[in-house]
Amino acid sequence: MTYGIRSRSETDKDYQEPGGRTDASRTASLVSTREAYGRTLLALGRENRDIVVLDADLAGSTKTGLFSAEFPERHFQMGIAEANMIGTAAGLASCGKIPFASTFAVFATCRAFDQLRMSVAYPCLNVKVVATHGGITVGEDGASHHAIEDVALACALPDFVVIVVADAKETEQAIRAVAQHVGPVYVRLSRPSVPVIYQDRCDFVIGRAIRLLEGKDLTIVANGLMVSRALEAASLLSREGVSARVLDMHTVKPLDKEAVRMAAADTGAIVAAEEHLLQGGLGTAVAQAVAESRPVPMRFVAIRDQYARSGKPDQLLEMYGLTSQNIVQAAREVVQEK
Amino acid sequence: MIVEKLSVSELQGKARCLRCHIIGMTAAAGSGHPGGSLSAADIIAALYFQVMRHDPQNPQWEDRDRFVLSKGHAAPALYAALAESGYFPRQMLYGLRKCESPLQGHPHMNSLPGVEASTGSLGQGLSIANGMALAARLDSRDYRVYCLLGDGELDEGQIWEAAMAAAHYRLDGVTAIVDRNRQQIDGSTEDVMRLEPLADKWRAFGWQTLETNGHDMEAILEALAAAARVEGRPTVIIAHTIKGKGASLMEGNLHFHGNAPTYEETQQCLREIQTEERCKVCDVRYPLPLRDR
Repeated sequence: MTYGIRSRSETDKDYQEPGGRTDASRTASLVSTREAYGRTLLALGRENRDIVVLDADLAGSTKTGLFSAEFPERHFQMGIAEANMIGTAAGLASCGKIPFASTFAVFATCRAFDQLRMSVAYPCLNVKVVATHGGITVGEDGASHHAIEDVALACALPDFVVIVVADAKETEQAIRAVAQHVGPVYVRLSRPSVPVIYQDRCDFVIGRAIRLLEGKDLTIVANGLMVSRALEAASLLSREGVSARVLDMHTVKPLDKEAVRMAAADTGAIVAAEEHLLQGGLGTAVAQAVAESRPVPMRFVAIRDQYARSGKPDQLLEMYGLTSQNIVQAAREVVQEK
Repeated sequence: MIVEKLSVSELQGKARCLRCHIIGMTAAAGSGHPGGSLSAADIIAALYFQVMRHDPQNPQWEDRDRFVLSKGHAAPALYAALAESGYFPRQMLYGLRKCESPLQGHPHMNSLPGVEASTGSLGQGLSIANGMALAARLDSRDYRVYCLLGDGELDEGQIWEAAMAAAHYRLDGVTAIVDRNRQQIDGSTEDVMRLEPLADKWRAFGWQTLETNGHDMEAILEALAAAARVEGRPTVIIAHTIKGKGASLMEGNLHFHGNAPTYEETQQCLREIQTEERCKVCDVRYPLPLRDR
């Protein structure tokens, strides 16, 4: 028997959503954004020899193993030392490499924030931080491992592009776009597998929202796993005669302000939904854009100024107000206010 | 054009010249860190004017040796070396810390040619240097990476993360130099946070560890040559120095860690460092025309 604290990946089995609570409209098939990342990284590694990968003792969880198996000389295991990992990535980038540095979202941003600021953002180096385990659906590991501030932190860094993906197909397209983009990027992936949003294709362009559903009474702007909840909510709302536009706002920065302006102009009400603190995330960015273009009533589905508990991801989403029902309720309120 | 390699006596003259600039620049700026810049002047002179392979006409030359000033507050010493190498005109030095100047208070790689990393928040440079050395290995290039660390900076945990990683990856292309002037803002390094036994620490981390007098040009060159010879592990040179070296009123005087000299102090320092009224090398004159004072 072993005592003491073990690797952070020990409890990290792929989470499968429990049955029973899921809405009938939710698609049965679940896909892993992390595995999509691992596969895409391998493909990119074959296409471009400048792509290198760094891990901080979580390679098993971040799914960079496919890459390291084929390109061991281009994969750098940095140990449990996130600050040094980001600094090393900066040095590699300054010499023309395209480093992808991966760990859990909470460590990538909170632990290494000054390195992201000083060594990456300030000199605008071509470092890609692809973080897995975003949000509270990390689940049982609890608040120490939940990333609920990561998007706010990343958005606070000048020149950083900040992306929160919704499913595997989108991950694949996003990672390809990120490799092409010159400059620092933060990408947030999830621990649990997520419902399929994009079956065959996803026309991913950095900074351009994807309109998943057309509607006239309000717009639900969501990203990450809240996109599937937004689609469920739209379906529920349609039974009440409310027609909702749904935008997948995968890029929080730079925000697609035109899509927000059109949402305000066309539908007159907006609900923003994200698996993140209310402060500094997608809702904040959308509200700023709305305030600058065309003020309309808004509601926010997000975590309210608190850390979450340990628990099953779906239980936590319910406990902290991140379900399709929460979106529906916010939508009813905002439509009434028009 | 690769910078001409100077002889030992010429390097000593160049170090004097860097010291004049450091005093003059910080005086003209009215702020800055002369103490830790002066302690590093001889090391930086050795690197820029003999040891390193670099080309001021082609700052992005892929095969250049890299210098990372992890103790970013010694920016005046780096800027002086860059100007003396020919990366930009000497007059620009005297715009240090002013809005219209590219000479930022701490080095910024996107602001000035020849600056290899943005530093100033202590503890980050060695990780960057390691990344550069890993890139050299991947590209089969033989450039070397030099990283100047402050001794107070060694309080930062990231330095030791990077020290572990450099040894783990056998980065013999990395040479760290510790400017061991034994002083940091709040006092003696040993009182603030004991560093000794410092050499033992580096040895335990797997580094070739050398100690030298950081103001003895021949000794500095010898240590840097020994660093280039070793294979399979990085080298650290603990360079024993004196904060404020060269200007007696600043030597060991913590006030000048982060304060510029007054007009009178400036004249006194320059008179002491320069042997003649007008420096033949760098054209710095005293009394120095001080702007914005």
